[in-house]
This record gives sequence, C-alpha cells and structure tokens, in this order.
Amino acid sequence: MFPEIPMLSYDVVVVGGGPAGMAAAIRAKELGLKVLLLDENDYLGGILPQCIHPGFGLHYYREELTGPEFASRLAKRLVELGVEYRTAARVLEIKNYSDLEKVVIFTSPSGAYQVWAKAVIYAAGARERHAFEIGIVGDRVSGIYTAGEAQTLMDLYGIMPGKEIVIVGSGDVGLIMARRFALEGAKVKAVVELMPYPGGLARNVMILKDFNIPLYLSHKVVEVRGKGRVERVKVVRVDENLNEIPGSEFWIEADTLIISAGLVPSVKKLKKIGVEIDPATGGPVVNDRLETSVPGIFVAGNSLLINDLVDYVAEQGELAAEGAKEFIENGGIESRKWVKVEKGENVRLIAPHYLSGDRDVYLYLRVSKPMEDVELRIPEIGKRMKLPVVKPAEMLRIKLKAEEIRKAERLTVEVVKA
Amino acid sequence: MKTKVAIIGAGISGASIARVLSRYENLEVHLIEKAPDVGWGVSKANTALIHGGYDDDPEKYPTRAKLCIRGNKLWHQWVKELEIPHVWNGALIVATKDEDFDELERLLERGRKNGVPEMRIVDRDELFHLEPNLTREAIGALWVPIVGQIGPIPAVIAITENAVANGVKTHLETEVTGIKVENGEVKGVETKDGFIEADIIINAAGLYADKIARMAGIDYFEIHPRKGEYWIFDDDVPGPKRVLFPTPTPISKGIVVTTEISGHLMIGPNAQDLPPEEKENLATTKEGLEQVWEGAKKLWPQLPPRSKVIRTFAGLRPEPTGGDFIIKAEEEVWGFISVAGIRSPGLTSAPAIAYEVAEIIKRDLGIELKEKEKWNPYRKEISHFFTMTPEQVNEAIKKNPAYGKIVCRCNNVSEGDILEAIERMKFIGVKTPSVDSVKFRTKATTGTCQGSFCRPKIVQLLAREYGVEPWKVTLKGKGSEIGIGDVKVLLRGDA
Ligand SMILES: Cc1cc2nc3c(=O)[nH]c(=O)nc-3n(C[C@H](O)[C@H](O)[C@H](O)COP(=O)(O)OP(=O)(O)OC[C@H]3O[C@@H](n4cnc5c(N)ncnc54)[C@H](O)[C@@H]3O)c2cc1C
Ligand SMILES: Cc1cc2nc3c(=O)[nH]c(=O)nc-3n(C[C@H](O)[C@H](O)[C@H](O)COP(=O)(O)OP(=O)(O)OC[C@H]3O[C@@H](n4cnc5c(N)ncnc54)[C@H](O)[C@@H]3O)c2cc1C
Repeated sequence: MFPEIPMLSYDVVVVGGGPAGMAAAIRAKELGLKVLLLDENDYLGGILPQCIHPGFGLHYYREELTGPEFASRLAKRLVELGVEYRTAARVLEIKNYSDLEKVVIFTSPSGAYQVWAKAVIYAAGARERHAFEIGIVGDRVSGIYTAGEAQTLMDLYGIMPGKEIVIVGSGDVGLIMARRFALEGAKVKAVVELMPYPGGLARNVMILKDFNIPLYLSHKVVEVRGKGRVERVKVVRVDENLNEIPGSEFWIEADTLIISAGLVPSVKKLKKIGVEIDPATGGPVVNDRLETSVPGIFVAGNSLLINDLVDYVAEQGELAAEGAKEFIENGGIESRKWVKVEKGENVRLIAPHYLSGDRDVYLYLRVSKPMEDVELRIPEIGKRMKLPVVKPAEMLRIKLKAEEIRKAERLTVEVVKA
Repeated sequence: MKTKVAIIGAGISGASIARVLSRYENLEVHLIEKAPDVGWGVSKANTALIHGGYDDDPEKYPTRAKLCIRGNKLWHQWVKELEIPHVWNGALIVATKDEDFDELERLLERGRKNGVPEMRIVDRDELFHLEPNLTREAIGALWVPIVGQIGPIPAVIAITENAVANGVKTHLETEVTGIKVENGEVKGVETKDGFIEADIIINAAGLYADKIARMAGIDYFEIHPRKGEYWIFDDDVPGPKRVLFPTPTPISKGIVVTTEISGHLMIGPNAQDLPPEEKENLATTKEGLEQVWEGAKKLWPQLPPRSKVIRTFAGLRPEPTGGDFIIKAEEEVWGFISVAGIRSPGLTSAPAIAYEVAEIIKRDLGIELKEKEKWNPYRKEISHFFTMTPEQVNEAIKKNPAYGKIVCRCNNVSEGDILEAIERMKFIGVKTPSVDSVKFRTKATTGTCQGSFCRPKIVQLLAREYGVEPWKVTLKGKGSEIGIGDVKVLLRGDA
C-alpha cells in the first residue's frame, strides 16, 4: 500500500503494551503465533508504572502487588519468551483489507512502518473524563488535572501539583489519589461525589477516615475560579434526580482540582474501520473470543470495557490471544449459533455480547444501582446466584458453562431482590 | 537616523502593524506586549472568521465597513505568504421566517455597496444542497463565498515571526505603565522593565487601549468588555461545511455554527456586556453557555450529547464609545496613533488596519517611508506531523528521530514538532516556558483528552529546553505554574 515505507509481517499485532496487551502478546507467543507488540510509551506497562500503591494481582498472581510490580512480572515473562516488542511506537492507523489481511501503520524514532498481520489485538486502554466534559465552568486556569495526570506528575516525574486539593469523584482512583496527596503532606479539603453513595471499594473508602478527609455525597463541583491558578471551587448539592438544588452552593478554597470522573475506552481507531460500539460499555460489541464486529480485530482490557481489577484485564488479553489463534488457524471464529446476551433489571453494562456455547465464558457486568441481598438471575437457563451486596463500582464476573449457554436462544442477565 | 516606533500590544492588530512597518528602511520597530507570548489578548478567543464585509453599515461605521472588506482581500494573500492555517468555505446567513428575507436583502444591498463580490440569495433547494444537515425550518439564505476561517493565534504567531525575521524587536512580558510626552510630542513608553524611547507610539492595546490613551492624556473614548462564550466538540462529531449564521437582529450577528479549521464543531458566541472593570473576566458561565446552546440548536438541531464537549471558553470584545474602530493620529499629542476599539470584525480587518497605520504615518505625521531593498514576505509554517505522509515522516525522522515520537496522541503531535515550537518561541523572545505557547503552535493538548496524557511530557520538554525545574514550567505564564515543587516539598516544609 505504501511501497515507500518499510514493511513488516506478523501473524498478530498487539496495539498497546499495558497489562492487557502484554498478557495477549505472551499468550499469543505461547500458542506459537508470530506476534509484535507496540506501545507508544518509552516503557511497557501502560498505566501500571504510575500506580505505585498495592492492590494488584490478587487473582492473577494470588499475591498483592503494586502496579509497577505487576507490570514488571508480565514484562519479565514477555522477555523470557522472546516476544518481539517496540516501545516509543505509536500506532497511527489500522486498515482492514480482508479477513486475514490487516495493515497496522506505526511511527517510531527509527521511522514509520507498515505491518501486515492476519489479526490485530487492540489493547489501547482508556482515557479519563476531563473537567469540560463534566460541565465545569469558570476560569481556565492551572491546577486542574485528571487523576491520572496528577499521578503521572507525582509518581513518574516527581512533581508536586499543589497543596490544597479538592477531588471530584469517590471512585477508587479518586480515593487512591486522595491518599496519595495526603501522604505527601497536602491538605485534601474534600472529595465531592455526585451520587448518594461512594463510588469506590469499601477498603478504599476507609482512606477518607484514616486521613480525616470530608466526603460530600450528592454534591457536584460546578465552577472553578482563579487568576492563573485555581483559587476556589464552587460546590452545589443535588437532589435524587441529580438536579442542582438552588441556594445550596458553597465555595471551597483550594489550589488544585483533581477530576476523577471515570474513564472512557479509547476506540476511535476501531470506529474508523467500522467496529460496532456498545454505548453502555463505550467499547466494542464482542463475541466470547473478544472479537469485534470486524473479523480478526480483537479487543481486551480497558478498551473493551472499564475494568477495576487488572487481573481481569490480563485475563481478557489471554482470551483475545486464544481468539486470534483460532481465527488464524480456521480462517475465522466459527460458531453454530450466537447466543445474544441481554441486559435485564439493574444491569448497566455487560460483555461479551454474543456467546457461542462452544466454551465456558466469563461475563463481565456492572449494576446500575447499589443493592443488598440480591440474586443474579438468568431466567432462560434457570441460573441464580446469591450476592450479599452489589455496587456499580465493583465489576461482577460470573462464569457460565458451555452446556448452560447452549440451552438457550438468548440470555437475559438481571440483578434483583432475593 | 531611524524613526523609532513603539507598538503597544502584540495582538492581531499590533502584530500586523509591526509586519507592515518592518518593510521600511527608516523605521526601528519595537513590539511591546505584557503577556508572555503574542496573541493572548482579545485575539486568542473569538470566532476566527474572516468576515465578508456585508454587515457593517458604511454610514454608521465607515472605518469598519471599509477595513473589513479590504482586510478580507489582504488575508487571501497573507495566508499564502505566511502559511497560516485557513479555509475559504463561505458563509450562509440563514432565513427561517419570511420576514428574514427583508433583512437578507438589506445585507445584500449593503454588501454590494461595500464591494463584496459574488454574494447572492439562494433558495431552499440550493441551500440544502450546500448544507444538508441544516435545520428543516430553513427557507433560504444569503450565500457569501468569500468568508473564511483562520487560526487566530497561529496567525498572530506567523505574522510576528515574519516581522521579527524582518528586523522588528519584541519585548514580551513587558507591561507599559506610562507614556512620556514632552511639548506635545511623544518621547517613549515606560514599562515595568525600563524606558523604551520612541518617536511614534501606536496604541494597539485591545481592551486596555483606553487606559493606554489616558496615559498620554487622551480620554475621549472608553472601552468596555462584551463577553462571548463558546462550546467546542470532539472531532468525531459532524459539523457543517460552511459557516452558518442566523439572520441577524438589530443587536447581534447571532450565534454561529461552524466547523473550525481543526475540524471541530464549534458554536457561539452570545453577547453579554460587562462593567468596564471586568476586563479580565474570561470565565465561562452556565447561563451564557446555555444561551449559546439554545441559539445554535435553532440552526443545527442535531447538537451532540454534552459528553462530546471537549472545551468551553469565553472571549471579550473591546467595545468602543461610538462603536466604530478608532484609528487615527491624535492631534493633541504628536506621534501618538490610536488603534482602539478593535472589536469584531477586527481579526478580518487587521491587515488593512496595518496599511492604514502606515498611511497615517506618511500622511499625518509626514514621515517619508523608504522601502527596504530586501524585505522577506514569506514565513514557513512549523512542521506538523499530522499533515505528513508516512514517506515524509521518514524523511523528517532522518533529520531528527524526535519527529517519529508522538507526544500528543489525540492530534498526533510529535516531539519534533514540539521542539520546533520551542525554538520558534525563543526566536520571537518568549521568556517564560508555558504549555499554552506549545499548544498554540502545535495543537498539542487540544484534542479529545484535553492534555491529560501529553501535558506532563510537554512540561518535561519545556523544562529541558528552557533549563528550569519542571514544576516551574507554567500553563500560561507566571502564576500558573504546573506544580509547587518536587514531590517531597510539602513534607520538607519548603512550600
Ligand atoms: C489511579 C489508578 C488506580 C488503579 N488501582 C488499581 C488497583 O488497585 N488494582 C487493580 O487491579 N487495578 C487498578 N487500576 C486499574 C488498572 O490499572 C487498569 O485496569 C489496567 O491498567 C488497564 O490495562 P490496559 O492494558 O487495558 O490499559 P493501559 O494500562 O491503559 O495500557 C494501554 C497502553 O496502550 C498504549 N496505547 C494506546 N494507544 C496506542 C497506540 N495507538 N499505539 C501504541 N500504543 C498505544 C497506551 O499508551 C498504554 O501504554 C487502577 C487504575 C488507576 C488509573
Ligand atoms: C467573542 C468574540 C468574537 C469575535 N469574532 C470575530 C470574528 O469572527 N472575526 C473577526 O474579524 N473578529 C472577531 N472578533 C474581534 C477580534 O477578535 C478582535 O477585533 C481582535 O482580536 C482585536 O485584536 P487586537 O490586536 O486589537 O487586540 P488584542 O488581541 O487584545 O491585543 C492587544 C494586546 O495588548 C496587550 N496589552 C494591553 N495592555 C498592555 C500594556 N499596558 N502593556 C503591554 N501590552 C498591553 C494585551 O495583552 C494584548 O495582547 C471577535 C471578538 C470576540 C471577543
């Protein structure tokens, strides 16, 4: 296609060297595929190297590791196996010529290349929602960072962003950043949460008590003011429909505002080649091999759906690699029929979307609202699972057996009072 | 002996004047700006249109009417000479009611009087052919093909680079605090960094032109700020091909719907008058933005969901007493030239304003202007990775591997682009490293993620190239530092 630029050829190209991509590349190599892993950063690991807190790997390695430790274990295995990878290599475009002919174009300090591949595993992670996206108005000043950017500044570059901090969002990332700031001697003046309940895991909500940090539930930050730098932020209370309550506004003085308002899968490059996107997950619609609607394009990790545990991310990477192997050997992912997975009551999102019944699968799902003493049910196959608590913040992962799946035409997953 | 000229304000007006005056052998031109970089005043936040010149009433606002149409013509030449990002996509002034046609006829008439070429009224069929996704309520429009769009700050930067290449001296981060006048003649400007001698002073200080004028004892006009707010959406949201205006009302040109030159759907502005002391109030407001939303929806019903917003911002128009541009040599102070009240269409008019000022220097101050033997009208645009083909990328990488390394992933800005931007910042005298200076030259940080991935990397590059600690790098000049110290600064108790 571009005769002027160097051409490489592989069975599979993995886009992104975070835990999803590394796990995919490792598995692909183990399965005997010729694989190339590409990541734009100077190092492997994706966002893990900046997550210096513990809490990674309990399922995957059955040990509690920090982010960098988790990443280096995968990287070590990758190197041992001799997986080919390139860092500082940014994928610019993916082209889909036919089922077994894809071209991945990337650039790097040694030049731009085109890679022919039979399959692509897309593991490019996610981006964070920013202040404009969540409707904050006021001055456009310094001192407003997403949680990930603040984390990068502190833990990769050694820069202290500020000293009086307000955090938007009480999910795990927001809470972990609250602790991170407190540990470095900053005053965390508030964590502001839109919903009436905290968004993070119970163990992370404890951070607020440990460090004496006020949590404002059913509140939102609506405005930032300052000259040059943040000086104060306006907070307002919301009612049960999340509408602002007039007259409830108050100002908090702070020099730094951290936005931790959720992640969005990075899938623009997939959209360009016509991959179908699920509005609920923000990621592609996939089958139980994590193959997208474009044959031979697989997806894993936060590009598939936002995961809270890196263990599941790595698991998805492996699954995608197995899919790539099957795809390349059989010239496609075959199934006698595809069983569609539907969202029932109190299920906000779920993936994969289509199941073959040829193999056992994990379903990943999130509920819409927190509930206690509930049952997860799939009426079509009479499946019931008791769950003491469910929260939107905690992704549920349930296993279905191949024979169970084969019994039905479709499966509706619901989470209801027991 | 050279005549010393001090231009106050490096906005689109001041920079254009500097470029035009740099052509003359016998002038020594100083461009003085209080901000750390050029184009950060009114010129930074506006609709970025090169207007057609049909809308200013030549009876009421003769200067605006004349300079707008002349400015439009000059821009066609300047964007080529200076490689300024632009698009000539034309504008539609859309009628949704029968009465609107009367107003369109009036605009057509006025446009013809002002000398606007190729305007005509189009019917519904042709309108939807030009712009298929317009509101179904539209019944016709005035079509003005010569309207275009540019990058306003990239334009100020390009013009300044060319002016400096032709010998203009810049003084950035240099706030003018006084004007020295002796025996009714200007002698120079006092700044926070000392005195700059001048025989001619050109007051192109935007919102502060009244304040500067008063320093010279001139007080017949006042500038008050009129705020306009905008929304910008992600680049995967479809926008119109042309610039869309509603039919204007007596108070306003109305809220524009357009795809700005980087490919983002943009809507705005509204108009809100602020008290004179609020010249720094660039805060967006919930009310203002809602007003814009409602206005835009009338032309473009399929506005994207709010989650597709990537930025909101506000600009302040410098509204003068009387409403017309004030461009003249002030009689009571010899050598003092006002370029004041440059409200909309000031961006369009700027090149024409610049020639007008040269004319005033000749005609009213009686200074003969000698053209340089060698004056360079050209300036090369900075390299943009995102405009290169893979083959060109490989060529660039051979010169410098940094061109192969992507820093801003939303807009594909390479490290090479950024290093080039920093070189050019230094070339025009930018002293304080800021992320915004890089942003306006490269488009880094202006994409979907709004810089959360690339800003830390840009900070590292700026820190290295300027030889400062990374936390001292600023977002937009002193007082907007990225951090307060190294990560242990608070624990040590040093902050
Ligand atoms: C603050 C924070 C705290 C967390 N805490 C925990 C925790 O305690 N426990 C836990 O289990 N999980 C935690 N997580 C979540 C976990 O880190 C993520 O789920 C996981 O890292 C996602 O992996 P990924 O491979 O999908 O994406 P990423 O790690 O984001 O990796 C994607 C990679 O792809 C690269 N890339 C993207 N596009 C391209 C392209 N076009 N070309 C080349 N490369 C590209 C990116 O630069 C990146 O390196 C936390 C996350 C954050 C942000
Ligand atoms: C909302 C809005 C929409 C607009 N839309 C359009 C449009 O679509 N098309 C169009 O043609 N025009 C438009 N305009 C008008 C256009 O933006 C202005 O006319 C133009 O930018 C004015 O440029 P300037 O150089 O005169 O002023 P500025 O850009 O403000 O430059 C003046 C400079 O002087 C500096 N300065 C001030 N005081 C001092 C001091 N004491 N010492 C040193 N420096 C000083 C400032 O920092 C500033 O950089 C719009 C304006 C607004 C606000």
